[in-house]
Amino acid sequence: MEKTWNNKAWFMVLPVLLLVAFSAVVPLMTVVNYSVQDTFGNNQFFWAGTDWFDEILHSERFHAALGRNLIFSFIILAIEIPLGIIIALNMPRKGWGVPVCLVLMALPLLIPWNVVGTIWQVFGRTDIGLLGHTLERLGIHYNYVQNPMHAWVTVIIMDIWHWTSLVVLLCYAGLVSIPDAFYQAAKIDGASRWAVFRYIQLPKMNRVLLIAVLLRFMDSFMIYTEPFVVTGGGPGNSTTFLSIDLVKMAVGQFDLGPAAAMSIIYFLIILLLSWVFYTVMTNYDAER
Amino acid sequence: MLELRNVSKVVGGKPHLSDISLTLEHATLNVLLGPTLSGKTSLMRIMAGLDVPTSGSVWFDGKDVTGVPVQKRSVAMVYQQFINYPAFTVYENIASPMRVAGADKATIDREVRKAAEMLKLTPFLDRTPLNLSGGQQQRTALARAIVKNAKLVLLDEPLANLDYKLREELRQELPRIFAESGTIFVYATTEPHEALLLGGNTATLSEGRITQFGPTIDVFRKPDDLITAQTFADPPLNTIALAKFGKAFQLDGGVALPVPAHLAEFADGTYTIGFQPHHVNTTRRNPDEIGLKATVTATEITGSESFVHLSFADARWTMLTHGIHIYAPDEEIDIFIDPRNLVIFDASGNSVSRRQKLAA
Amino acid sequence: MARIDLNHIRHAYGPNPKSDKDYALKEVHHSWEDGGAYALLGPSGCGKTTLLNIISGLIHPSHGQLLFDGVDVTNLSTQERNIAQVFQFPVIYDTMTVYDNLAFPLRNRGVPEAEIDRKVRETLEMIDLASWAKKKARGLTADQKQKISLGRGLVRSDVNAILFDEPLTVIDPHMKWVLRSQLKQLHQRFGYTMVYVTHDQTEALTFAQKVVVMYDGEIVQIGTPEELFERPKHTFVGYFIGSPGMNVMPVELSGGIAQIGSHQIELPSPVMPANAKIIELGIRPEYVRLGRTGMPVKIAKVEDIGRHKIVRTRLENQDIAIIVEEGGDIPAEPHIAFDPKGINIYADSWRVGGQ
Repeated sequence: MEKTWNNKAWFMVLPVLLLVAFSAVVPLMTVVNYSVQDTFGNNQFFWAGTDWFDEILHSERFHAALGRNLIFSFIILAIEIPLGIIIALNMPRKGWGVPVCLVLMALPLLIPWNVVGTIWQVFGRTDIGLLGHTLERLGIHYNYVQNPMHAWVTVIIMDIWHWTSLVVLLCYAGLVSIPDAFYQAAKIDGASRWAVFRYIQLPKMNRVLLIAVLLRFMDSFMIYTEPFVVTGGGPGNSTTFLSIDLVKMAVGQFDLGPAAAMSIIYFLIILLLSWVFYTVMTNYDAER
Repeated sequence: MLELRNVSKVVGGKPHLSDISLTLEHATLNVLLGPTLSGKTSLMRIMAGLDVPTSGSVWFDGKDVTGVPVQKRSVAMVYQQFINYPAFTVYENIASPMRVAGADKATIDREVRKAAEMLKLTPFLDRTPLNLSGGQQQRTALARAIVKNAKLVLLDEPLANLDYKLREELRQELPRIFAESGTIFVYATTEPHEALLLGGNTATLSEGRITQFGPTIDVFRKPDDLITAQTFADPPLNTIALAKFGKAFQLDGGVALPVPAHLAEFADGTYTIGFQPHHVNTTRRNPDEIGLKATVTATEITGSESFVHLSFADARWTMLTHGIHIYAPDEEIDIFIDPRNLVIFDASGNSVSRRQKLAA
Repeated sequence: MARIDLNHIRHAYGPNPKSDKDYALKEVHHSWEDGGAYALLGPSGCGKTTLLNIISGLIHPSHGQLLFDGVDVTNLSTQERNIAQVFQFPVIYDTMTVYDNLAFPLRNRGVPEAEIDRKVRETLEMIDLASWAKKKARGLTADQKQKISLGRGLVRSDVNAILFDEPLTVIDPHMKWVLRSQLKQLHQRFGYTMVYVTHDQTEALTFAQKVVVMYDGEIVQIGTPEELFERPKHTFVGYFIGSPGMNVMPVELSGGIAQIGSHQIELPSPVMPANAKIIELGIRPEYVRLGRTGMPVKIAKVEDIGRHKIVRTRLENQDIAIIVEEGGDIPAEPHIAFDPKGINIYADSWRVGGQ
């Protein structure tokens, strides 16, 4: 909606604009700067054009990491979204259970990423960790340090444990906004539990679901801390996602040019995929 | 004096308001009457300064205030939803605009008590709004608008969420409250009945246009065009399209009606005839009344009056008569209409009597 | 459709109700006929919605039983009661087409598709939406949505009663007329048992054969619109029905004469209420005649509302509203007279006599 002209408003948002400029725009421009140049230290730069981009786009290593990211995000969405919906559907709508459930759900979200990583790292150890030890006793040789499958399962479970709550809370907010009359009408129409979900709850939740999918996609696609803390990208390169690869390249190998190019490609991929998600989902919404 | 000059508002390529010119005097009550989405709220937002017109200008007391934001104008608004500060008492709610304006304690106390008395809120001054009935909550919002002593008070369907009887009571009080201040009041409603009870002036709106503006009862009795007549009729206006040939009105079904004497000089052509439901009778009261046979589709009784829904040729009509008249569905009955109560519109929807008046 | 018996029903929202005050709904004991159109009319908080929810099964009453055609349904769920309901705000399945919305209750009950098709088409005709069948329900106007809500009840052949919870709240005035008359026609043609909750007297009176006026958790009067208008049992009914409501003024009685201030009015028949604290005379504005003879009054205000005028007058210390026909004369020295057939006498707010 169009608003009245008010120049004062610009002054009010100016500090935020400056802050954003310094925290986001300036570093981003630095990255762009690095991505098109080569340096041998001493602050000497040579124009490299799109060489770094070419190199990254054609590298096996990049393709493999990108593939891992896509698979990871797909698994995360496929588990967290339905699971979040199921939990939200089963949460109480009134009474003392509401605040209890909400607090329980919010707890994992309050824990910093690296702490989550450490918790799971300890949890999974076969000597002192509850999970690792129990599995060992059951005869399952759980070892996320050497078994790529175990490493993946660990990272995925960790993410689910950490982030499903977000989906739950969003879905719950969508669910409680449905007026009682809809449920009553459905009862009168003899609708089954599934029909109530399919024709009332799901359509009324679709806006929050869009937000949940977007947030979870972007976040899972940028996953870094948890695998870094738990597996460090291994065993081998099995949990080396783009972000971890990027850090290895930039900080480990000090290949600033390729790393900068990769960051930009990474950024554009997220932007593009988010845009595709958003457009597809809102179009679907508008169509209906 | 609030003046809108050729105001239009386009949102996303769709016209919400088209070429509205309107002058509202101080110390008047002005009703904006029209169905949902006819542009009442859009117009009020522009009057308030919440929105800027796409074209045209807004003038207040001879000054161009187009684009001046709402904070810098002297405006108070009351909405359909009961909007109060839930944590404040009624007293603090009413006092809030004066506190913002920095009035001294004694003045605030005097004004709050005066407004509370006027709106029958004195016993509830210490309560918080959520402990009040809907009617009392809306009275609180009204009191707050009144103490603000704004030059323009906008009321957007303020009684729509209240019970029928509460509405009736407040409606009766509002004109008295309005009369006691020199403010310009603008009151939006979808109900013709409400406009008539409030009196004052009425502007009828249809699809973003003002179709007529004038003293309420005049707009009701002498609509300039068909849209105004239809907007300002509850029950709906009865209409029928007819072709005039010499001394007869012809209907598609071959029915012919004599053209009443005072309409005889009209040119031949297509006309739409409109008449109010309460002008249809079941008995002939004077010899020049037009008699027709119509079929009953349903009857509604209010206890003292009957609404009889009729069909005549392709038209659906309503008759509103005194007393209890129960007819069987599909019964054919005689109805009578005094030709002096007919309003005649030409093919483009303009009232013929108005055209004559303009020509004379 | 079914007869509805309300057997000594009472309801309190809090636990352990002790006094009458704790009950949102005090003793309701009535029988509503099969095929009847009933309206529950009253201000907010009068218990009308509580009563409707008890009938629909949303609320289990604290005391008493509810019977449909003699069968106790008090402990049955909403589904098992086979009722239909139209809510205040339109409830539609907005991802479905109009057709599928109507088919939904039948599909849920496993009705064969051919039968569904026949019933849905029939119902679409009844509610005048046949040409909209293929449209998505979400794009429709409020009145069309309300018709779909109604249609989902009408398609079912097993419905005991159709309940309406202030269904015209969100409808523009012009469409209210259309919907109301369509509802009336449906009732006349098919004889559904209908219960309609509203605070709007016009809706209640025009819709119902019997209007149930409720106040403070109690039914004050059940009657035809005519009875409620002519002979309100309680001054509240007199006030609540009619626009403006009944003029009610304190009087002193002596035989067949009522004394209002310095004026005397002859009553149609003598009344002698025993031990009443307050005696009042009630007369509707429609029955007060404004003319040149009778009791002198002062005119406070004249409201011209088109088809008639409301003249607000004062008779000594008493406000009296009068309805004067369009074109009716308002004399310079106004006097009023009461039409004897409009006079009602109330003792402690309950009607004891009159015409």
